[in-house]
Amino acid sequence: MSDAAIEAIDLVREFKKGPRAVDGIDLRVEPGEVYGFLGPNGAGKSTTVHMLTTLLPPTSGTARVAGHDIVRDGAGVRAAIGAALQEAALDPFLSGREHMKLQTALHGIHGAEAARRSTELLERVGLGEAADRRVGGYSGGMKRRLDLALALVHEPRILFLDEPTTGLDVQSRSALWDEVQRLASESGVTVFLTTQYLEEADVLADRIGIIDHGTIVTEGAPEALKAEIGRPSVELIPADREDLGRAREVLARFGEPANSSPKALAVRLSGGEAQLAEVVRALDAENVSLEHLQLHAPTLNDVFLAKTGRPLEGAEQEPEPEGDTESVAA
Amino acid sequence: MLARRSVIRTLRQPAMVIPSLLFPLILLSINAGGLDSATRIPGFPADSYLEFALAIPFVQGALFSASSAGTNVANDIETGFLNRLALTPLRRVALLLGQLAGIIALGLIQALTFVIVGVIVGAGIVTGPAGALVIVVLALLVSLAFGCIGAFVALRTGSSEAVQGVFPLLFAAFFLSSVSLPRNLIDTDWFRTVATYNPVSYMIEGIRSLIITGWDGEALALGFACAGGVSLVAIVAAASALRTRMVRT
Repeated sequence: MSDAAIEAIDLVREFKKGPRAVDGIDLRVEPGEVYGFLGPNGAGKSTTVHMLTTLLPPTSGTARVAGHDIVRDGAGVRAAIGAALQEAALDPFLSGREHMKLQTALHGIHGAEAARRSTELLERVGLGEAADRRVGGYSGGMKRRLDLALALVHEPRILFLDEPTTGLDVQSRSALWDEVQRLASESGVTVFLTTQYLEEADVLADRIGIIDHGTIVTEGAPEALKAEIGRPSVELIPADREDLGRAREVLARFGEPANSSPKALAVRLSGGEAQLAEVVRALDAENVSLEHLQLHAPTLNDVFLAKTGRPLEGAEQEPEPEGDTESVAA
Repeated sequence: MLARRSVIRTLRQPAMVIPSLLFPLILLSINAGGLDSATRIPGFPADSYLEFALAIPFVQGALFSASSAGTNVANDIETGFLNRLALTPLRRVALLLGQLAGIIALGLIQALTFVIVGVIVGAGIVTGPAGALVIVVLALLVSLAFGCIGAFVALRTGSSEAVQGVFPLLFAAFFLSSVSLPRNLIDTDWFRTVATYNPVSYMIEGIRSLIITGWDGEALALGFACAGGVSLVAIVAAASALRTRMVRT
């Protein structure tokens, strides 16, 4: 078929009550790629991950992960992947090391090899000192890092991370980002990451798929997506309010006016970022001095806004019935 | 490995272990003190109500096994730990058996405690040390039976609240048995009928026979058959619920 790390064709998942959580998704993730699956709560991200990790059978469509069909060869898929699913599922009564011991044993790794890998991975995610403490006392960031270490014990080629940093503070978030980046660049692990954070997708992903209401609305490299959407804008506040009119005239030479705060002016630069210097020179020539000047690059939020008609941040949809196997059974 | 986790996890929750030892002992001391006059009822099988009642904690403790096993399993579902396990090459049956190891460990602690306390407070076990050993084995089987019921409810519903909700039902089943009086001395017809069909009666009578009667083949056979039968049915039901719950492809 193909040598993609992850390939999905028209993947659909319906739950008994409610709309299609995933409504015909096509995906292709190349080996070694970090793919960011970006969307608001309830967009269908976790349902997609559950299908790709064999925890939830698709209603229709097919997918292959590491060359194995997710329906016909679930065991093959599971052997090739590691997954850290939402809400780090850990046992508060066990220590970090005991978790590693359990996880290695479940993957058939025993004895000295298991101990070596456990220690190595715990050190790697910065839990060397906390390894023998019970997980109940770990912080949110420590739990996510342990979860990541657990997902790596059998040296998977493909890693699924379902909202790995939701609920973490900034510091813990960037520590986790560093680790994911290192995994992708040094070990060549393919990473499929879901997130509702624009910044996370922007920083980590080579390519992003934006999902909304169960369908992928757009896909591409973050820079390409942003470039496609729009040009950067410049926002400024003249030092003297008398200059407001003249400043507006100057800006009008460079492009369409853009939204700005009430006492400021903004223009979307028709010639791109490079025009910033010209804008400054032109204002200088007109003797307009500035209190504030800022270049706004388009963000993924602009991309989301353009594709779905509403901003991602604060966008909430119906909660998806996560792992609702009851409805599967019936 | 999972068995180890299950045992460690159970023992590290004193809130699960201690009440399961304490409450049965409190009930025993109340009964033994307050109901001693029951021994004067014509036909009462024992001279001391304490010896008659000593069988009760073994079964009552098992009710706590149902609750703790169920809660542990439900927590695993709620936190997603079951998903973590589902992603490993682990077989379902191994998962279920692993979860049950914690019940066995808890049951063993309970049974040994009750035997020792019984001996300390002067209840004689007529069948001696060998009988005490059989009591522990039967008590473990009873724990397993109730633990599997708890695990089944947890796997079926995925909710620890549901497990807590079933506890009063099991408690009712426990009291609607020959727990406080021998069946032939229960005067109320419906109660006696319920107690006669209630497998809990035979579990208690099996243990009780070893304490006050001696080696009673029939009582033991019924006790082991009821505990074993309930265990078997509950394990099969739990395994089926687990198959539904772990739908991995």
